[in-house]
Amino acid sequence: MSIGSEARANETVLLKQSRREEWALLGLASPAILTVLIVMVLPVGWLFYLSFLADDGSFSLEHYNRMLESKAYGRIFMTTFEVSFLTTGLCILIGYPLAYFLSQLSPRMAALCMLTVLLPFWTSLLVRTYAWLVLLQRKGLINSWAIDLGLWDEPLKLVHNLNGTLIGMVHIMLPFLVLPLYGSMKAISADYLKASSNLGAGPSQTFWNIFFPLSLPGLFAGALIVFVLCLGFFVTPAVLGGGKVIMVSMQITSNIELFFNWGAASALGVVLLVITLAILLAASRLLKLDNVLGGGH
Amino acid sequence: MSKQQALPISISGLTKVYGDIFALNDVDLEVQSGEFLTLLGPSGSGKTTLLMALAGFTRPDFGSIRFGEDEIISMPPHKRGVGMVFQNYALFPHMTVAANVGYPLKLRKTPKAEAEKLVADALETVQLGGYGERRISQLSGGQKQRVALARAIVFSPRILLMDEPLSALDKNLREHMQIELRHLHEKLGMTTVYVTHDQREALTMSDRIAVINHGRLMQLDTPRTIYERPANRFIAEFIGESTFLQVERDGDRVSFSGTELKTGALPAAGKLALVVRPERLSVLDGPPTPDTNVFSGTVRDLVYQGDTVLAYVTLADGTDLTVRAGTRTGEPIEKASIGDRLELGLKSADAVLIPREEA
Repeated sequence: MSIGSEARANETVLLKQSRREEWALLGLASPAILTVLIVMVLPVGWLFYLSFLADDGSFSLEHYNRMLESKAYGRIFMTTFEVSFLTTGLCILIGYPLAYFLSQLSPRMAALCMLTVLLPFWTSLLVRTYAWLVLLQRKGLINSWAIDLGLWDEPLKLVHNLNGTLIGMVHIMLPFLVLPLYGSMKAISADYLKASSNLGAGPSQTFWNIFFPLSLPGLFAGALIVFVLCLGFFVTPAVLGGGKVIMVSMQITSNIELFFNWGAASALGVVLLVITLAILLAASRLLKLDNVLGGGH
Repeated sequence: MSKQQALPISISGLTKVYGDIFALNDVDLEVQSGEFLTLLGPSGSGKTTLLMALAGFTRPDFGSIRFGEDEIISMPPHKRGVGMVFQNYALFPHMTVAANVGYPLKLRKTPKAEAEKLVADALETVQLGGYGERRISQLSGGQKQRVALARAIVFSPRILLMDEPLSALDKNLREHMQIELRHLHEKLGMTTVYVTHDQREALTMSDRIAVINHGRLMQLDTPRTIYERPANRFIAEFIGESTFLQVERDGDRVSFSGTELKTGALPAAGKLALVVRPERLSVLDGPPTPDTNVFSGTVRDLVYQGDTVLAYVTLADGTDLTVRAGTRTGEPIEKASIGDRLELGLKSADAVLIPREEA
């Protein structure tokens, strides 16, 4: 059925109006687009370009070649992933019970306890990291109290190594895991748990059959944030690692500050960025898969 | 699924207080074995609290609940073995339809082959055969409702609880499901306690209705008795439409505006009100039969509703009566228009008296 010209009243006016609205929306978004372009896309593009320049300014892959050839670089990447992986794992072990506890409280109590999670979150990262240094060092609070109480005789090496790095990083990363996890736990309808109980499941069966699987999307989201943040972490491993835990971000800094080698630093940054993006992509595939499995939840 | 032994439920002295509100106030209720009993009441009346106490999700302050001979008042929910259909279905979103229905069997360690057969049977019973592998998110509201029902009956519980299971469905589907639930109950024969605030649903489905308000059991009777012989004003207002006429009592005789009324049995002593149902009034176009009470008044308003017409008629003393008449061609109401005088007839058997409550 064709629509005659007489049935197309006001067509051009309406079309113009909808075009105008689209342009207006684009106009509103333009400051954000411009900002992202200037502070994100251009510098990253510039670094990308730098990473392919040799010291004499000619195009070369020497920085990438060096990364492949040098065992030190491989070790740095391994350390970075090891620290990130361990931190994420410890955050899950500590954060899951914590989020579960918070989700079971009354709203008022939950808000109060959430404050104890958020308060450190709002404190400067540097302050918290140095506070750990004070607590953990050889003659620090923890060692001297433990020796006074007779828990151990010699001061333990709690800092300037992997232990100290992990303690500090878990503390800093914990809210990033707990917040999304808490949100997804709160979203689990109490009716599911009642239904499970009604159908004959005891409390632990209800937890493992119903609550835990339904909390997994939140756990994945939180763990992913923690892991990705850990990959680029600098301050805490630099201060608490005591030079024994070298992560990619620290190598980038020394390349620039000590060797003025922007090319090598850029190449490291590019590789870290690519790996991070690959992990994000793989994880989002997995998470989407999980959403499908999780149905309309 | 075969018909099997149902259990009676015996509730006595059940009380639950929230703050200074009685959610349940000394409730005594006997649900007979295999009966379809509906708890009917407005929101906040305590009907859901009562159901949750039966399921074990609300802990009463005191009282007794027995399933058959067994006191279950302090038994945890997962040991009660009652089936329950939740208002929002509460189907587990991370499981398939078959896994949802099979969940109670898995917990009971039913052998796999037997469990699969029971799940298939239960889905067949609710007319969802072949839907086992679907995701919950792929189902329509009506289908979710059926899956929830299948999950509640698959382990052959002897008691089935339902918490407003049809309230989320649209009107046509709801009416269809009412009949279907009724048939299913006849087929399975389990003692069923059904909660609703929809009086028509209660009238349609129940063997008996327990009307609950302010945490108290107001009346427990068959749907017909509840509708035709309401015990008090609350029930007459909550179930169906009613107009109340203040009547004078002189011993065994009752009169309205000086005219003696022909009525059914009188309640015990006290002031009385006459319950007038709009559809029990007729528009008279000839001399009344001897057992008919006649009220005359002026038509104030007429509302056409398709199958019926509502006429608001003002009597001589200023009270309004509502008349509902069918719209069949030739009905006397057809000739009426606003301002006309009408004679309304009420048969003595339809003239129900209730105790008058001073507001």
